[in-house]
Amino acid sequence: MVILGKLFTLFLFASLVDNIVFMRFLALCSYVGMTSQYDASIGMGIAVTFVTVMASVVTFFIYYYILQPLNLIFLKIIAFILVIAALVQLVEMVIRKTSPYLYRAMGIYLPLITTNCAILGVTFINIDMAYNLLEVIIYSLGVSVGYTIALLLLAAIRERLAFSDIPDFWKGYPLVFITSGLLALVFLGFQGMAH
Amino acid sequence: MSIVLLAALVLGGIGLVFGSTLAFAGKKFAVEIDPRLSEILKVLPGTNCGACGYPGCEGLAQAIIEGKAKSTGCVAGGEKVAKEVAKVLGLEEEITITKNIAFLNCQGGKEIAVNRFIYKGIKTCRASHLTQGGEKGCPNGCIGYGDCVMVCPFSAIYMGEDGLPKIDSTKCTGCGLCVKECPRGILTLLPINIPLLLGCKTILPGPDARQVCSRACIGCGICTRVCPKGAITMQGRLPMINYEICDGCGICVEKCPTKALILLKTK
Repeated sequence: MVILGKLFTLFLFASLVDNIVFMRFLALCSYVGMTSQYDASIGMGIAVTFVTVMASVVTFFIYYYILQPLNLIFLKIIAFILVIAALVQLVEMVIRKTSPYLYRAMGIYLPLITTNCAILGVTFINIDMAYNLLEVIIYSLGVSVGYTIALLLLAAIRERLAFSDIPDFWKGYPLVFITSGLLALVFLGFQGMAH
Repeated sequence: MSIVLLAALVLGGIGLVFGSTLAFAGKKFAVEIDPRLSEILKVLPGTNCGACGYPGCEGLAQAIIEGKAKSTGCVAGGEKVAKEVAKVLGLEEEITITKNIAFLNCQGGKEIAVNRFIYKGIKTCRASHLTQGGEKGCPNGCIGYGDCVMVCPFSAIYMGEDGLPKIDSTKCTGCGLCVKECPRGILTLLPINIPLLLGCKTILPGPDARQVCSRACIGCGICTRVCPKGAITMQGRLPMINYEICDGCGICVEKCPTKALILLKTK
C-alpha cells in the first residue's frame, strides 16, 4: 500500500505540481501549435503519451543495461534522440494507417514530436532522479497526462476565444501567450501539494 | 579497445535494431496511395498558396481524385496546369480559363498623394495602418512598404520608383494572397484582359479626397454620363465598371477630371 501511495503521489506530482508545460516550460511549440482545435489536441496528447512512455522505458533499458556498463554515459543525448525519433516514425506509420483524419489534422506537428523537448526532458529527469522501472513508467505517464491536460485546457479556451470580441492587437498568438501565462499561474497553486 | 570505436559500435547497433524494426513496421503499416495523387501533385505548382480553398496542394490533389474538386481547381496554375491535370485524369474536355490576376486600385504614389505625418515605426503596411490609420492622407491609399511583395510566392510583385507595387502579369497567378494581406484592401483580382481599371478606392468625400491625392476619384459621375455603352454605374460614390459591356473605347478616361480611371489597353 505504501508503494501504491508513493506511485500515486509521483503521478500527481508529475501531472499537476510539476506540470511539464506550465512549470518547466518545455514543449511550448507543440503546445501552442496544436491547440487551435480541440479534437486535434486530444490526438496529439495520445500520441505524445504513447511516445513518452515507450521512450522512457526503452531509454531506461538502454541507459542502465548498455550505456552505463560500457562507460558510455556521454552518449545518452544522441542515443535517446535516436530512440525518440524511431518511436515517432513508428507512431506516424500507425496513425497514418489507422486514422487519416488525425494524420492530416496533426500535419507537421506529428514528425515534430521528435524534437518535442518534453519527451527528451522526461528521459533525462528519469535518470537524474534515479527512478526504477515502475517509477519511470508512472512518472512519464504523469508527465504526458499533464501535457495533455495543458493542451486540452488551452484548446478549450482558444475555441471560445475564437468567437469572443477581443482587441485587434491581442488577436492570435499574443492572447494565447497571455492565456498560457495565466494558466501557469493557476498551476502554481498546486505547488503547496509537493511535500 | 578505444572508447571511440566502442561508442560507434553501440550507436550503430542501436540504430540497426531500430532501423530494422522500422523497416518491418513500414511494410506492415503501408498505406495504399492512389498513384494518380503523386502525378497530380507533380503537375500542381506546389507552392501551397491555398487559393483553391484546400489545405495545400496535397489537399487539392486528394479532392480532385475524390471528385470533390474540378480539374480546373488550381487557381494559381491556370489553364496550363488544368490541362495537365485533365491529362493525368484522362479527361478529354476542352479547357479554357480566363486568368484572374491582381490589380492595384490606387495611383497615389510619391508625387501624387500627400502624407499626413512622418512615420518612423516598423516598415510594414500593417504596422503603419495600425498607427493612426497610416501616414497616407487617404485612408485607402497605398502605404507602399510592400507587404504584398513579401507574401507573393511567385515573386510577381515588385516596388516601383513611385512607391507603388507593380504587378508582373506574366508571373501573377491570381492566388489572391496579396489581396488578403493588403490592410487597405486596394488589391483586387480581375480578369487579365480587362481594358479599364478604376485606380482609386477612397472613401473620403470628393473635396477631401482631392486635397490628399491629385488622382483621387471625386465621385463626380462624369464617366457614367460619357460612356457610350452605359458600362459604368455609380455605386456609392465610386464608379463601378461592368466588364461585360465595357470595350475599352477610352472616352471616360479622357473625360475624367482627375485621371482616376486607368486605360489598360485600347481596343
